[in-house]
Amino acid sequence: MPGITAYGAYIPLHRLSRAEIARAWGGKPAPGERAVASYDEDSLTMAFAAARDCLRGVDRTTVDGVYFASTTAPYKEKQAAATIASVLDLPPEAVTVDFGGSLRCGTNALKAALDAVAAGGADSVLVCAADTRLGYPAGPGELNFGDGAVAVLVGAGDALAQVRHFDSRYYEIQDTWRSDRDTFVRTAEDRFSMDEGYVDVMAHGIAAALEKYGLAAADVAHVALNSPNARQLATIAKKLRFDVQTQVGDVLHAAVGDTGCAASLLSLVAALEQAAAGDTILLACYGNGCDTAVLEATDRVTSVPACRGVRRHIESRRMLRSYEQYLRWRGLLPIQPAPRPPVEERVPSPAAQWREVPWEMRLTGTRCLNCGTPQYPPQRVCIECHHKDEMEPYRFTDVPARVFSYSHDYVMETLDSPVTVTFIDFEGGGRIMCDMTDRDPDDVVVGMPVELSFRRLYFVNGVYNYWWKCQPVRCARPEV
Amino acid sequence: VEGIKDRVAIVGMGCVKFGENWGQSLEDMIVDAAWEAFEDAGVGPEDIQAAWWGTLFAGHTGQILAAPLKLAYVPVTHVENACATGSEAIRNAAYAVAAGQYDVVLALGAEKLKDTGYSGLPQTRPVATWSYRLTTQTPAAGFAMMATGYFAKYGLSYDEGKELLAHIAVKNHHNGTLNPKAHFQREITLEQAINAPTIAWPLGLYDCAGVSDGAAAAIIVRADLAKQFRDDPIYVKAAQICQGPREGWLSQKYDLAHVEETWRGGQAAYAEAGVKDPRREISIAEVHDCFSITELTIMEDLQFSPRGRAAEDVRAGAFQIDGDLPVNTDGGLKSFGHPIGATGLRMLYEVYKQLQGKAGPRQVKDPRLGLTHNQGGEPGAATVSVVIAGNELG
Repeated sequence: MPGITAYGAYIPLHRLSRAEIARAWGGKPAPGERAVASYDEDSLTMAFAAARDCLRGVDRTTVDGVYFASTTAPYKEKQAAATIASVLDLPPEAVTVDFGGSLRCGTNALKAALDAVAAGGADSVLVCAADTRLGYPAGPGELNFGDGAVAVLVGAGDALAQVRHFDSRYYEIQDTWRSDRDTFVRTAEDRFSMDEGYVDVMAHGIAAALEKYGLAAADVAHVALNSPNARQLATIAKKLRFDVQTQVGDVLHAAVGDTGCAASLLSLVAALEQAAAGDTILLACYGNGCDTAVLEATDRVTSVPACRGVRRHIESRRMLRSYEQYLRWRGLLPIQPAPRPPVEERVPSPAAQWREVPWEMRLTGTRCLNCGTPQYPPQRVCIECHHKDEMEPYRFTDVPARVFSYSHDYVMETLDSPVTVTFIDFEGGGRIMCDMTDRDPDDVVVGMPVELSFRRLYFVNGVYNYWWKCQPVRCARPEV
Repeated sequence: VEGIKDRVAIVGMGCVKFGENWGQSLEDMIVDAAWEAFEDAGVGPEDIQAAWWGTLFAGHTGQILAAPLKLAYVPVTHVENACATGSEAIRNAAYAVAAGQYDVVLALGAEKLKDTGYSGLPQTRPVATWSYRLTTQTPAAGFAMMATGYFAKYGLSYDEGKELLAHIAVKNHHNGTLNPKAHFQREITLEQAINAPTIAWPLGLYDCAGVSDGAAAAIIVRADLAKQFRDDPIYVKAAQICQGPREGWLSQKYDLAHVEETWRGGQAAYAEAGVKDPRREISIAEVHDCFSITELTIMEDLQFSPRGRAAEDVRAGAFQIDGDLPVNTDGGLKSFGHPIGATGLRMLYEVYKQLQGKAGPRQVKDPRLGLTHNQGGEPGAATVSVVIAGNELG
C-alpha cells in the first residue's frame, strides 16, 4: 500500500479560553482553550494553508490530485478542491474531489487517495481536511469544537510512513448531525451517543483492525483518534488498553478543540512529529462508521522537510479578547452597520475573476526581462524602464516582505476593526498594497517582516471573495 | 508651446454654501451657483456658448447641467478626473476659449453626496478594470499611509507628527470661522485635534475633510474681452494637470512621503506662469487639504518649504492668513467642505475674491498671484491640477 510522503497543518492564530465562554454563560469553567478561525478564514482558506504547509519543499508539478474534505465547505455547489488546486498552481489535469457529509470525510479522502495511488490512477494526491463547525451558543459543541486544518500527501514512493492496513465500516445512527437547514451541530442524548455510537463503534472497529493485522495494544506507539471531547477519548483509550499519556498523548483537545473531519488526521500529524523510525501508528476516525488505519513510520519520518505542523502552530497563538468577539467573527451577533457604502457596490465580476485566476488568485505579477523589476499587479509596460511586453510571470506568495507603510482604518466596515492596510515591499523588488490580518494593531511598525496568507476579503451576493493579505510571520521560520 | 498665460480671463464666479444641504437638490445648487456667476459677470444663460460640467457622482452627460440652467442648445461636456474634476472643468473651458472656439463659456462643478445616506464616498471602480480582489480601506487610510511614510522618513514620533498635523487642522478651522459659506465654522484647539477619535491611524477626525454638498461656477472669456464684462477680471496664468503612472503603488523607489504628481504639476504650472520663486511670488494658495498630511506635503511639493522642513513653516504660522504665504484662507477642504466636482472651482472662487480684494475678514494684503492645487486619487497614484491666476496682465 502507498504511504504518506509529506504532511502539514494549519491551526488559526486565535484561541478562545473555555473560561471566557464560562464567563459569558456561567457554570464551572472548563479547562483549556479552543482554536477560532479568524474572521476572514473558512475551511477552504485553512485547508489551503495546511496544503501549503504540506507542500513546502515538494515539487508541485508532481502532485496530480487534490482531495478536499470538510463538513463546512464554503459552497454547497462550487468545488473547493478546484480552488485550492488553482491557488496552489497545480497541474490542470490534477484530479480534484470534494468530500463531505460526516466527520469521517477526512479519512474517507485519505482512503480514496491511497486506493487511487495503489491502483495506479494517481501518483501523488494531496488530501486536505478542514472544519469550522458551529456548536449552539452555551452548548458543549461551542466549548469543545475547534477550527483547524490538516494536509497529507499520499504517494507510492519515499514515504515517511507506510500505510499497512486500512479498514472502513459504516454505521447508521442519528447521534451527530446537521441538516441542510441547520447552522449548528445537533446531537442526540449524550450517553446514548457515547455508549451506542462513538465508544461502541470505535472499540469494535479498532479491535477488529488490530486483530486483522495481528497487533496487540502495546505494539502501537502512537494512537491518533478523533473524539467529541477529552473524556470520551480517555474512555475509548481505557477500553482498548491504550495508555492515555504515552500512546494517545493528545495535544489537541486542550489547545485546539475537536476540529471535526480534520481531527484524527491532525492527531496523526502530531504523532508523526514525535515518531521514530519503525513506530506503529494507529489512526482511527469516527463518523457514521469508523475508519481505521495502521501505519508504520520509516527512516524518513525524522527528516521531513521543515513544515509548521501541529506543535509549532499550537505554540503560535493569541487569545481572543472576548467571547463576544467570537460571536461577532462567526456572524452570530448582528451589530450596527457602519455608515459606509454597502458591500453590494463591490460585487466581484465573475468574468474578471476568471480572467485573473492565473494572476490575482495566485498573487502572480510580472518581472521585467529587461530591467529585472518585479511588479504587481501584472504590468505590460514596465514601471521602471517602460519596455513593453518583455515580462515573465513572477509569483509573490512566498517571497519575504516588509511593511513599508500602514494605517489602521477605523471607519471601514469589518468584523475585526480596524482594517489594517499596508504597503509591503518584497525582497528582490516589488510592492503591493494589501490588508494585514491576524495582527495586534499595537505591534505593527514600519519595517516589520510579513508573509502572505490566502483569506476571504468579504462575502456578497453569495460570492466569497478570496484574495491575499499579509500577516506578521507566524511560527518563526523553521530551518530548512 | 504657447501656454494659457493671459489668454483667458475669469469674469464671474459663484459658489453656494457647502455643507449638509438637506433642503437643497442638486439642481437648486447648480442654479444658485450659476446665477451668482451670471450676475457677477453680467451675463445670462443665453450668453453661454459652451459649458463644462464637472462631477464624479451627480450624473453623466451634459444634460445634468443643461436642463436646470436651460442652456441654449450649446455643447456641454461632462468631465471627470476624480477629486480634481472641478479643476478639469476649468482647464477644458479655458483651453476651448484659448483655442478661439468660443468667447464666453461656463465651467460648473457640483456634488450631492449627502443623499447617499452614508458617510464617505460611493464606490467608483468599474468592474471593467477590477475584479474586486482588493484591499478594503477607505481613502482616509490611503492618505494615512502617507503620514506613516512621512513620519518614518523624517523621524517624527507619533506624538510629534500628530502635533504637527494638528496645527494645520486648527488653522483651517479658524479660517472657516471667517467664511459664511464654509461647511464648518467652528474653532478647534490643538488638544482637540490631537485627541480626536482616530479615523485612519495616525489621522484623527480633524485631520479629515468633511463630505459635503455644494456647487461652484466660473464664467471664462477671452482675455482681450474681459474688461467688457468687469473692471477687475482675473487672468489665468497656468492650468496644468498631472497624472502619475501609479508609481507609488508599484515601485519601491517611491517614498510615500510626498506626492510626485504635485511636485511635477507645480513645476509645469510655474513654468507656464513664469514663476521663478513660488514662496515669494505666490500671494495665496488654495490647496487640496483632503487630509492634514496632504497639506503638509503639498507645502514641500509646491516648493513653498524645503523638502522635509514644512514643519518649521507650519509651526511658525507662515501659512496663516497673516503669514507670508496664506494657505487655504477660506478654510480649505477641511472646513469649507469637499463636494468633489465643485472643489476645484471653490478653490478658484476664493483666489478670485482674494485677487479682487473682496474676501472680507479673510482678505490678504495686496495679492498678485493666486494658486489652486486640486488632487484626485491617493498618494502614489494621483491626479493633480495646479492653476495659477493673477489680477494683472503680464
